[in-house]
Amino acid sequence: MPTPLVVSEVAKTFTMHLRGGVRLPVVVNVSFSVGAGECAVLGGPSGAGKSSILKMVYGNYSADEGQIIIKHDHGLIDLVTATPRTVLAVRRDTIGYVSQFLRTVPRVPAIDVVAEPLSARGVSTTEARDRAAALLSRLNLPERLWSLPPATFSGGEQQRVNIARGFITNHPILLLDEPTASLDKTNREVVIEMIDEKKKAGTALLGIFHDQEVREAVADRIIDVTQFAPGKAAA
Amino acid sequence: MTTSRSGDEPLLKVSSVSKYYGTRIGCENVSFELWPGEVLAVVGESGSGKTTLLNCLSTRLMPTSGTVSYRMRDGIFRDLYRMSEAERRFLMRTDWGFVHQNPADGLRMTVSAGANVGERLMAIGDRHYGNIRATASDWLGRVEIPGDRIDDEPRAFSGGMRQRLQIARNLVTGPRLVFMDEPTGGLDVSVQARLLDLLRGLVHDMGLAAIVVTHDLAVARLLSHRMIVMKDGHVVETGLTDRILDDPHAPYTQLLVSSILQV
Amino acid sequence: MSTETIARYNFAYLDEQTKRMIRRAILKGIAIPGYQVPFASREMPMPYGWGTGGVQVTASVIGPGDVLKVIDQGADDTTNAVSIRAFFQKVAEIAVTTHTGEATIIQTRHRIPEKPLQEGQILVYQVPIPEPLRFLEPRETETRKMHALEEYGLMHVKLYEDIAKHGHIATTYAYPVKVEGRYVMDPSPTPKFDNPKMHMSPALQLFGAGREKRIYAIPPYTRVESLDFEDHPFEIQKFDQPCALCGGTDVYLDEVILDDRGGRMFVCSDTDHCEERREAGHTGHMSEEAAQ
Repeated sequence: MPTPLVVSEVAKTFTMHLRGGVRLPVVVNVSFSVGAGECAVLGGPSGAGKSSILKMVYGNYSADEGQIIIKHDHGLIDLVTATPRTVLAVRRDTIGYVSQFLRTVPRVPAIDVVAEPLSARGVSTTEARDRAAALLSRLNLPERLWSLPPATFSGGEQQRVNIARGFITNHPILLLDEPTASLDKTNREVVIEMIDEKKKAGTALLGIFHDQEVREAVADRIIDVTQFAPGKAAA
Repeated sequence: MTTSRSGDEPLLKVSSVSKYYGTRIGCENVSFELWPGEVLAVVGESGSGKTTLLNCLSTRLMPTSGTVSYRMRDGIFRDLYRMSEAERRFLMRTDWGFVHQNPADGLRMTVSAGANVGERLMAIGDRHYGNIRATASDWLGRVEIPGDRIDDEPRAFSGGMRQRLQIARNLVTGPRLVFMDEPTGGLDVSVQARLLDLLRGLVHDMGLAAIVVTHDLAVARLLSHRMIVMKDGHVVETGLTDRILDDPHAPYTQLLVSSILQV
Repeated sequence: MSTETIARYNFAYLDEQTKRMIRRAILKGIAIPGYQVPFASREMPMPYGWGTGGVQVTASVIGPGDVLKVIDQGADDTTNAVSIRAFFQKVAEIAVTTHTGEATIIQTRHRIPEKPLQEGQILVYQVPIPEPLRFLEPRETETRKMHALEEYGLMHVKLYEDIAKHGHIATTYAYPVKVEGRYVMDPSPTPKFDNPKMHMSPALQLFGAGREKRIYAIPPYTRVESLDFEDHPFEIQKFDQPCALCGGTDVYLDEVILDDRGGRMFVCSDTDHCEERREAGHTGHMSEEAAQ
């Protein structure tokens, strides 16, 4: 069985045209893989490029070089060169993502925000809502909030909506960008449990966790991002 | 779980479309393909050629060169500008929609809301008043216009309601492709949000393909899967909407993205 | 005064070149039933709205042997009818009549006579606005395209509006028809009561719009169908009483106010038809009073 996610020799440089075309190399020669049932955590100080790597794996940032090979739809796909259409299909079926901040859509109630990835894959509205409701109660989001659009929720509440949305599907790969940053202890415990369940189910997880307690609880392996620093490669 | 692979063929193929106004460039050498269910945003400032492009694609303006072909319901691609005008007009009022920025350009302001929605049905030969009215009433509900306004003229409607009526009028025949020219252009932000959400839901539910011209990047982010950024008649960047907005490469796109006001 | 000493009008007022031009337009109209043919409408010695289109058509088809009848509404004796009849007597010196059966050419402003028309007769309509789509589409370029491409959905929008507003199709005159399954046509201000008479009529029907410069035609024995909805079929007006003078039913009636105390009567709009019936001995409930 192929490895769900293989990143090899990926490099990323930002060119800031508004600042005279200055080039900011972020990472070079990024190579790692994540196996099924494994939780790999990107480690390193702020600004080392953890978030950029995660976004490249999601297709949200482009990569300048290298390959990001994903097992998708009975085949392998290189996300670096994939068409937008393929990236969207990969996101629908293969890669889930819990972002740091929730990008809210006006007027859509929290429960539908959570259920949406399921309905996008053809699950009936009723079933998708039921499963969304189960996740939201597990994350202790008060039921009175479910029918409200999350735009006005607190940071922690939005975070939980976001987590539920990311965890509701059984995507083979799940990316987690600081999912516990604004959560209290109880809910952090819930998320740790949920990550464990995903691992047991064979999901490949790649995450960024600043919270040391959570990181230690979930990480099978830390990928030190400083090894991909552009200075090192040049040396 | 179903992973439907419907629409493995594009719906619209645009190949090297250029339009010149004398020696001035309207748009030059634009190529892309659009798949069923896909929403493409064309962004750029006034004069960037986005409206010229939209008009060239929607048969409202003959391009100087290039081809636009559309997959008809029988699965066969037809070059739009080799079709007869009768066929093009038929396509326009059955399988396509066009939502204008100014609802008055897309509505009949002096006939009732019900007749505005029913017109396309009557145009394709529906001759049962009761059915036409029931369908119109259903569509008014879907675009959140109260049922008791069915006999009112759009003159008496607010801007947001007019725009929603225009959308209902276009979608009533179940088109597969809708063109939108700044659909939220003249509306208040709260009205915009409602309209965007409504459009988003309809596009999703009906599996519509859409080409949305807008200068508003928030509209593009919310509605579209893919984006084309235009400047001076040329495509300067194209790709996945969130990638272009979060990781813009072209100097102009970076300028555009950095110019968004943050709330 | 002798006719040799003063300049005379050409026969039927228009010069021969003009008549030929109009006849070409008429022939084209006959060849394409219901299609509006543009023509170089002339200034006539009467204001627009008084039948300049109909007069030009009549002038172009009339010959010395013709017998002309002119009606305004259904009547031969109203100002417009009398003036046009006098005009042709003067410029064409033709015979005139009020009897439908005797006329070879009948020029009308609204009505189609009650007595069925015969082969060889020509009915000339005076048309104010020839374009049936004008109600909803002001652009002539667009309406011509719509006719060309047979895009007639808009006509039903008009009928839809009627039903939405009044519960039934309230259009009672200028009720749109489809001619020979192809062109949608405005029968001019004719009451819809007369629409069925156009269908498969043995007579030739010619329409002239002077101000709008259009001529159109329905050749004899042509299908003329009134537009409608399946659940709101076309219906003609029904009158709940017979003509007060001749007792005629199934005819189009005019309301006549008799006094200022609400007295009124309903009589045949077609005066010739009413007279013929009375001569044949038919009476209505107010025949006595009328006779006095």
